[in-house]
Amino acid sequence: MTLEIILQAIVAGLMMGLIYALIAAGLSLIFGLMGIVNFAHGEHLMLSMFTSFWLWSLLGLDPLFSVPITILLMAVCGVLTHYLLIRYILEAKMLIQICATFGLSIFIRSVAQLLWTPDYRNVQNPLIEGRIELGTIYVGQPQLFASLICLLAFIGLYWFVTKTQTGLALQATAQDRHAAEILGIPSDKMFALGWAIGLGCVAVAGSMMMNYFAVFTDVGINFALFAFVAVALGGFGSIIGCLYAGIIIGLVESLGGLLIDPSFKLLYVFAIYLLVVIYRPQGLFGRY
Amino acid sequence: MRKTIISILAFLSLMCAPAIGYAQDVKIGVIYPLTGSSAQIGKDAVAAVNTALDIINNKHDIPGMPLAINEGLAGLDGAKVSIVVGDHTGKPDVGVSETEKMLNKDGVHAMYGAYFSSVVAAASTVTERAGIPFVNGDSASPKLTSRGLKYFFRVGPHDGMFTQLMFEFIQDFNKKNNANLNTLGILHEDTLWGSDSGSTQNKMAKEQGFKVIEKISYKASTTTLTSEVQRLKLKDPDVLLPSQYTADAFLFLNTAKELDYNPKLLIAQNAGYVDPTFISTLGDKAEGVISRSPFNTDLAKTIPMIGTINEIFKKHSGGRDLSDVPARAFTGFMALAVAINNAGSTDPEKIREALVNLDIPGEALIVPYRGIKFGPDGQNEAVRGVLMQVQNGKYCTVYPYELAACDLVYPMPTWDQK
Repeated sequence: MTLEIILQAIVAGLMMGLIYALIAAGLSLIFGLMGIVNFAHGEHLMLSMFTSFWLWSLLGLDPLFSVPITILLMAVCGVLTHYLLIRYILEAKMLIQICATFGLSIFIRSVAQLLWTPDYRNVQNPLIEGRIELGTIYVGQPQLFASLICLLAFIGLYWFVTKTQTGLALQATAQDRHAAEILGIPSDKMFALGWAIGLGCVAVAGSMMMNYFAVFTDVGINFALFAFVAVALGGFGSIIGCLYAGIIIGLVESLGGLLIDPSFKLLYVFAIYLLVVIYRPQGLFGRY
Repeated sequence: MRKTIISILAFLSLMCAPAIGYAQDVKIGVIYPLTGSSAQIGKDAVAAVNTALDIINNKHDIPGMPLAINEGLAGLDGAKVSIVVGDHTGKPDVGVSETEKMLNKDGVHAMYGAYFSSVVAAASTVTERAGIPFVNGDSASPKLTSRGLKYFFRVGPHDGMFTQLMFEFIQDFNKKNNANLNTLGILHEDTLWGSDSGSTQNKMAKEQGFKVIEKISYKASTTTLTSEVQRLKLKDPDVLLPSQYTADAFLFLNTAKELDYNPKLLIAQNAGYVDPTFISTLGDKAEGVISRSPFNTDLAKTIPMIGTINEIFKKHSGGRDLSDVPARAFTGFMALAVAINNAGSTDPEKIREALVNLDIPGEALIVPYRGIKFGPDGQNEAVRGVLMQVQNGKYCTVYPYELAACDLVYPMPTWDQK
């Protein structure tokens, strides 16, 4: 086991971690804003991947160029989700909220299977392909691009939420919806915006992953699982926490798999998760 | 008004009466994964079962195919065969509850399915308790037929038989080319099928003098296979033996490309590697991959019936061609139907007896088995498989040498050559 191999695993883990982080950020944003856990997050990721795939397959648009369109479509999907479903359950009991988004996930998955069959689909010969060799370390270009763009999107999201007026309004709504309304911030619009941004994050991750991952109707489930872990690990509602948590998950998965035994990759991730939950229940950067 | 309705009902019941009295229809419960990540394979398998039903229940002129020439089962006065289809979603507990429902509510005479070995293992214990035959055409875990069940029969080969074929091939290859392929890497997903396949390969390799230098198991639904590929690249075994489903097979080959991992030979245990979308989706990334299979479309040259069955299959599958799993599903279902026909009864005990005594010659099959004849453990002992390699975007049979349509490409082309 040489240093290069370990470095290779670190690079791979980092790249994967940044993707997990962005997916988790969308989830965390929606939760932080209105206290609703989006159990359909994996399905939204699947929808983004399919959107990216169809734009390639029908219009010949490479996933790299179709990112803005995918973001736009997913943002519309987010706004629709809010106005058609979430709006009605905002004040409802927790169980009803869980059932609503869980039901939405089953609905989306079934409709996707009905429309597109359960086949596996890949973008063939995407613009970004192959690898960069840094000495003896191989960096897959699709993964590298995906992680860099996810990082950029993450920084953009962080800047938007902490530095712009609308972002601050979002935070205000998250802290106290009624107080924010008294100050003239329309909470309903803020929630819709939160959904649009949340699904926009997923859209970026999904379309970049289309460069090397096959899309099928159940693809989102495992990414969503890691996203939930990342949100809990980083602290509910904390966006920066998602970044660190995503990277931790990616690294633990990759290094644990290489150094100990790949069969127990998930075990290492969940062991870390349990440790954090036991010793710091609010998560690494959590407020609650 | 009421009188009219009553008289219409009376008339209808009279119309139906002779049909009911004439021949009791045979009802078979069929379970496959129709949702979830293996749904397409399940749908194709159900299409294959419908193809078999089409042939059994209607008149067809297919020389050599049993039950084709007349309508229904001749042994039961022309009784029609019908099926009840259930979705087990790839989960054993769902398979069990579907089976219980079919036995208790639908009153099926036999069960058929289910592709997932884990589901078959669980569901066949339910049928065993109820004394109803369970026939399987397409699950490959060796353990299924070593449990001493009385009512379970497997028409297709299991992974032990296929693994034997792989090792015979490597030994033949070494002899023929004076080569010394000796070290093996085993990579398998961790449900019952994958782990059984992996441990069977591990055990048999040791018995036959091969050296297993890396054995990795992983979750089929994993989001990354980077560390797995890295470890394989590090140890670099001569031959890689993967047992993978579809999504993970795609992910593995994509990751191998990014990390420039080039095994000299890759011999896959079927499954993901024979998914109808495997070659079309991966394109030249699939080039040089070898998979074991009980079926390949280039066998149509030696088995002309395949063409005719494929035409009927396409009607039921929405235009998709016959591939490995549907071919096995079709063959298994036909075997069950022939047994029921031989039994001349829907009594489960008589069907079981007919299965025990079943003897179908190889000429009546669309797969290269030598025939169908069950051993005392319920395993068809006359099975045979082939190894096929992706060459120029198509699977071509390369072993056994007497059935080969192409020469082996060795070593497998590297990523830079593809």
